Amino acid sequence: MPKLITQVGCPYCGSSCDDLEVLVSDDGKKILETHNACVIGNEIFHHVSSPSRPKKPRMRQPDGTMKEISYDEAVDFTAKTLLKSKKPLIYGFGSTNCEGMSAVARVAEKAGAVLDNCASICHGPSFLAIFDNGYPSCTLGEVKNRADVVVFWGCNPMHAHPRHTSRYSIFPRGFFTTKGQMQRTIICVDPRETDTAKLADMHLMIKQGHDYDLFDAFRTVLRGHPIPEEVAGIKREKIEEAAEAMKKARFCMIFFGMGCCHTDGRNHNIDIAISTTRDLNTYTKASIMAMRGHYNIAGPGQVWSWQFGFPYCLDLSKGTHAHMNPGETSSIDLAMRDEVDCFVNVGTDAGAHFPIAAIKHLKKHPFITVDPNICMASEISDLHIPVRVVGVEEPGVVYRMDNVPIQFKKVIDGPEGVPSDEELFDMVYKRMCELTQTEPFWILAKGHAQASTPTEH
Amino acid sequence: MPTITLKPYKTPELMLECYNITPDVFAGKKPEEIAELEIREGKTRVKLGDFFEASGSSGMTAAETDIHIAGDCTRVKYIGNKMTAGSITVDGNADMYVGGWMKGGKIHVKGNVHSFCGIAMEGGEILVDGNAENYVGCAYRGDWRGMRGGTIRIKGNAGNDIGTFMLGGTIIIENNAFIHVSTHAEGGTVIIKGDVQGRVGGQMVKGDIYVFGNIQYMLPGFKQVDKVEKEVDGEKATFLHYIGDLGERHPKSKGKEIYANLYVKA
Ligand code: SF4
Repeated sequence: MPKLITQVGCPYCGSSCDDLEVLVSDDGKKILETHNACVIGNEIFHHVSSPSRPKKPRMRQPDGTMKEISYDEAVDFTAKTLLKSKKPLIYGFGSTNCEGMSAVARVAEKAGAVLDNCASICHGPSFLAIFDNGYPSCTLGEVKNRADVVVFWGCNPMHAHPRHTSRYSIFPRGFFTTKGQMQRTIICVDPRETDTAKLADMHLMIKQGHDYDLFDAFRTVLRGHPIPEEVAGIKREKIEEAAEAMKKARFCMIFFGMGCCHTDGRNHNIDIAISTTRDLNTYTKASIMAMRGHYNIAGPGQVWSWQFGFPYCLDLSKGTHAHMNPGETSSIDLAMRDEVDCFVNVGTDAGAHFPIAAIKHLKKHPFITVDPNICMASEISDLHIPVRVVGVEEPGVVYRMDNVPIQFKKVIDGPEGVPSDEELFDMVYKRMCELTQTEPFWILAKGHAQASTPTEH
Repeated sequence: MPTITLKPYKTPELMLECYNITPDVFAGKKPEEIAELEIREGKTRVKLGDFFEASGSSGMTAAETDIHIAGDCTRVKYIGNKMTAGSITVDGNADMYVGGWMKGGKIHVKGNVHSFCGIAMEGGEILVDGNAENYVGCAYRGDWRGMRGGTIRIKGNAGNDIGTFMLGGTIIIENNAFIHVSTHAEGGTVIIKGDVQGRVGGQMVKGDIYVFGNIQYMLPGFKQVDKVEKEVDGEKATFLHYIGDLGERHPKSKGKEIYANLYVKA
């Protein structure tokens, strides 16, 4: 009899839905149906059984072809390459669990590497703003139960986070928002008429790249000063009307995406958005949140901040302390300035996301990809190591976009012999310790911690 | 003044981190000892002598020591890091963090500098004949106490984030700047002789900005209050006087709010 597994987490977008149901075949090897997931979430569950999925590491040969090798050989190559490099860059982690991220961090420390995650090309500017100006945020549960004015600034959840609007931000009926959508005023700030903008009660069609000016206008209005007739392509009356709606809210929520943190000014756009949120709190309750892209991209920020004190762009090459300064220690800058001599791409596709020029620089040196599937990065790599798919074949802790940790489940067994990210990087760490004749103390510490934890997890 | 000359003779594969190239470290050392100083290329520890030929003599104290780098430092970071006195001249370009956390003395770069020039500077002088990239005289990430004193003069153009979180001191850009001047500043003076695209004085609490050229996009939080005659950096001109950022908090003195000033040449 096929088995229905409930409360399954979806390893796709930053909404990190945890209410999926998955129907699994008798032998626990095949996924038959998924319920509750959106189109893109559904896809990831069916993707795992693709027959073209690699089940062994593949190493590039002198003639350019890829040849299958054993995991031991792949681990050995990775360990040696990391040790030999003067400054390796380990980047990625859009799609893996916190256990894997902490295992990678142990490897990075040992390798004196730079450790960076996809935030570097995504919500990195938001981090900078948060360092500078704080983060008056809340959970998505609070949004659902309280928010009656919701602002989407430079984000389009209807496409990027399909169930965000139905689970948290527009449609759901909550404790104080019993009438659902009827009770919510939606304001969308976007230069295009996106599907989210079409749903909104008010669409401010901002002139692209002028987010900072518009926030400044809102702040000036909120402090009772006059503003010019038009700011960022939007008429004064419309700005005043939107400001009034936010002020009158019982709970105003601002969600922002790439459209805000990746136009000119970047971190400053978010910085002033945070200041605006603070200003709104003079009148009502207001909160702000980054629309994080992947289901656990908030994870590395949490895990590495705990391990090293910084969420991303961690330069561990000094050996004595972690140094972080995006602009210098951020992946793209390091690549473009030829500051690294080895690249390890984990659970993301730098091949598809990085500028071609950056990839060309990185390709001068060893290039390793760790990813369950074939992707652009894997196909230009010197070594591709497949791993199990988190959330489908491997359980683990993930952080949703509001930094709420959720325990994800495994629904089927992974392909035989294929390790998880955590297992793989623990093997690399052990091999590095063997090669340098040092004690693998993190593995020993982990053993102690596991032995002294009574409950299974 | 006794001068130590460093002649670069080898280009590093990655970037060199030379926290040690300061009059403070060089003072009282012979060229042979200076060549032995540790610098870093990634995680590898190398010696200054592996990349530079050191000659000449140093003074007994930092104030009596002059460093002359007779060549290009495009791939050398942290020149003059935390220096308190003395002087450094670079004949070519220099990479990031020139004069970072500097407290005193003088640095003269004859070429261009990369980002973070004069980051968290407290005193002294930096002169750059060429252009600067981003973050001239800015604060370190997350620090609300930026540049506190000293002078930075860039003869060419500068990028974005000039004087972010500035508290004191002076920054002069003799040509154009991109965006974000004195963002979050609570003091200090920035003078831009050329044009700026926009975001001048955003979230600014206190301090002064002078722009001789054009501001393409003025922030809505700035309001013109006056027209004044002023002498700035040796030049006399009439300026439109704006106050702002009206969207930001401002301290009060004798019951009146104190705003930041923006002067744009009329
Ligand atoms: S909204 Fe996101 S997390 Fe939820 S099912 Fe769709 S892809 Fe998965």
